[in-house]
Amino acid sequence: MILYFVAQKFKVIEDPRIDEVAALLPGVNCGGCGFAGCRNMAENIVGKESTEGFFCPPGGNETMKTVAAFFGQVVEEKEPLIAVLRCNGTKSHAVAKTEYDGLNSCFFIHNLYSGSNGCAFGCLGGGDCVDSCKFDAMYMDKETGLPVILQDKCVACGACVKTCPRKIIELRLKGLNDNRVFVCCINTEKGGVAKKNCEVACIGCGRCVKVCESNAITLENNLAYIDFEKCTLSRKCVKVCPTNAIWEVNFPEEKIESPLKQWQEDNFDKL
Amino acid sequence: MKTFKSGGVHPEENKLSAGIPIRIMPVPQTVVIPLAQSLGAASTPLVNKGDKVLVGQLIAQGATFISANIHSSVSGTVAKVDDAIDASGYRKKCIIIDVEGDEWVASIDISPDLKANITMTKEEIISRIKEAGIVGLGGATFPTHIKLMVPEGKKAEHLIINAVECEPFLTSDHRIMLEKAEELLIGVKILMKALEVTKAFIGIENNKPDAIAHLTELSKKYEGIRVCALKVKYPQGGEKQLIKAILNRGVPSGKLPIEVGCVVQNVATAFAVYEAVQKNKPLFERVVTVSGISVKNPCNLLVRIGTRISALLEEAGGVPGDTGKIISGGPMMGKALNSLEIPVVKGMSGLVLMPVDEAKRMKVSNCIRCAKCISVCPMGLAPYHIAQTAETGQEERAESLNVLDCIECGSCAFTCPAGLPLLENIRVAKNKVGQLIRLRAK
Repeated sequence: MILYFVAQKFKVIEDPRIDEVAALLPGVNCGGCGFAGCRNMAENIVGKESTEGFFCPPGGNETMKTVAAFFGQVVEEKEPLIAVLRCNGTKSHAVAKTEYDGLNSCFFIHNLYSGSNGCAFGCLGGGDCVDSCKFDAMYMDKETGLPVILQDKCVACGACVKTCPRKIIELRLKGLNDNRVFVCCINTEKGGVAKKNCEVACIGCGRCVKVCESNAITLENNLAYIDFEKCTLSRKCVKVCPTNAIWEVNFPEEKIESPLKQWQEDNFDKL
Repeated sequence: MKTFKSGGVHPEENKLSAGIPIRIMPVPQTVVIPLAQSLGAASTPLVNKGDKVLVGQLIAQGATFISANIHSSVSGTVAKVDDAIDASGYRKKCIIIDVEGDEWVASIDISPDLKANITMTKEEIISRIKEAGIVGLGGATFPTHIKLMVPEGKKAEHLIINAVECEPFLTSDHRIMLEKAEELLIGVKILMKALEVTKAFIGIENNKPDAIAHLTELSKKYEGIRVCALKVKYPQGGEKQLIKAILNRGVPSGKLPIEVGCVVQNVATAFAVYEAVQKNKPLFERVVTVSGISVKNPCNLLVRIGTRISALLEEAGGVPGDTGKIISGGPMMGKALNSLEIPVVKGMSGLVLMPVDEAKRMKVSNCIRCAKCISVCPMGLAPYHIAQTAETGQEERAESLNVLDCIECGSCAFTCPAGLPLLENIRVAKNKVGQLIRLRAK
């Protein structure tokens, strides 16, 4: 009896649409939308009665289309993003100068010192990002000491981006045919200093800026940055970079023009 | 014998350099003076490349409320104001000076005479201490002049001088008590005047009987100063533990010593105050202990700020072959350094060289809830519980576990039979809770 009265008195009257919208969302509660879980996003969408300004990374365009349709609306498709690790300071490229023996947490090491390879901007290899991924899209490569982001599983929720204490991971456009080009370094120290710690660091020479035809590259604080909205994937920058700091991902191998050249290449050691 | 009640551990004292008189290190050829040598914001440089400077000249100014002045420790020409590695483990802005001679600013009284008469007023004393760039030399480097400015509504009753030096190996404070006792006591009187208190206690651990005897005898000349012998127990040098032991007062959680009418200052700070107020000498040198089990010549060196630690290590007989870690500070709370180019800064009380087999961490196994960490925590916290919040990514829970009361003494990690990285996880939790609180305040 008492329970009945209490239940009636404290009943929360809610818009029934919230439950319906929430059911259309993936239910992962990853926080990638910027809200505290799927239900929270549903509450806000119902509050505004529109999907304008909302985006669910794991659900993607499919989910947003369905939710918009619930309100009888149409939504513009967004280009998919992907998390990109902008550091190539592997164990061989950025040799360890000191040995770290302690808690394997990037957050802790970052607050302690520059890291065992000496680069104050580079990946510490502690795997905080891997731990933060709820979509099994990351793992630590033991040989390189860097995390690997699996393209097919990453939903660009942004958890790893937030977790990395050095802000090395960036959400960038996945790209047409999954092709993308980016500067794999965030070191803003002078070229000489950066190169001392890591052989594939960006030294801020500016050659890439000069050769880019779409004005997509800017040089600031000794560091080049490629704007993924402007990049036309010509890859001229990749070829001129003296330290191989610029990466091209998922492009096909370059075709050799002449079959003779190909034969010569294949039989080099016999010639 | 007086002591603090809860927790504490007994690491081996290893006061190898206790009997070694302070040696003056020669002035180096270059000094690297970091702009971040105190708690709070880094100081703003006042010199540029090519400027000539003298010893004791102001070269950087405190930038914000919690910040301190920095003075040149050498005479010469500023080579550059650029990034260089410092004790933070990162490259930070430093003033690099090429040394020429050893010319001091004319206003400094270089005579060896003892000046016992305190002529300045309370306000002048605090102002002088601020100008001289004095910060807590126990290692925390909190700007001293701010500690002396008692906030509205609070009143200082006692000055407590922290002469405990509970860290193993470190003996710089001990030597100051033996060799500069009179100056130290005058410095204490100056601080008493600045705080308008009539009673001061000097807390000394019982492993320094010569210092206790010497200061007890001399303090008879100075009214209001009492020497207190304390039981040897780490971390007796923590200010809250010190206040509990001497006055049996507990500083409430989250509050400062002034809440119970106390202000705590380190012994070396008190000596620096004497030099600043009576001799017009700003802070540009300090006593640094260089020690370690395998160190050839453990010593206490009077070093100019900015001297690279490689020079001190050479003076102590070179880096032993079996060295695993070079620690700034003591082995309990000190920080392992990642370069020999790192310069001595105001907060560097010692360098401890730890052999590789001691420096290597224990293999980590599972927590069996033995609660040894709880029994040794001097602040009455539950270390394993707090560490667990960090391991499981639930740092917000640590706030209710009073993580902000943690003084990071390391007693828990020292004791843990499973070799758990307790203090590291606690630091992560503390940091994240601090971030949460700042976000909430916005």
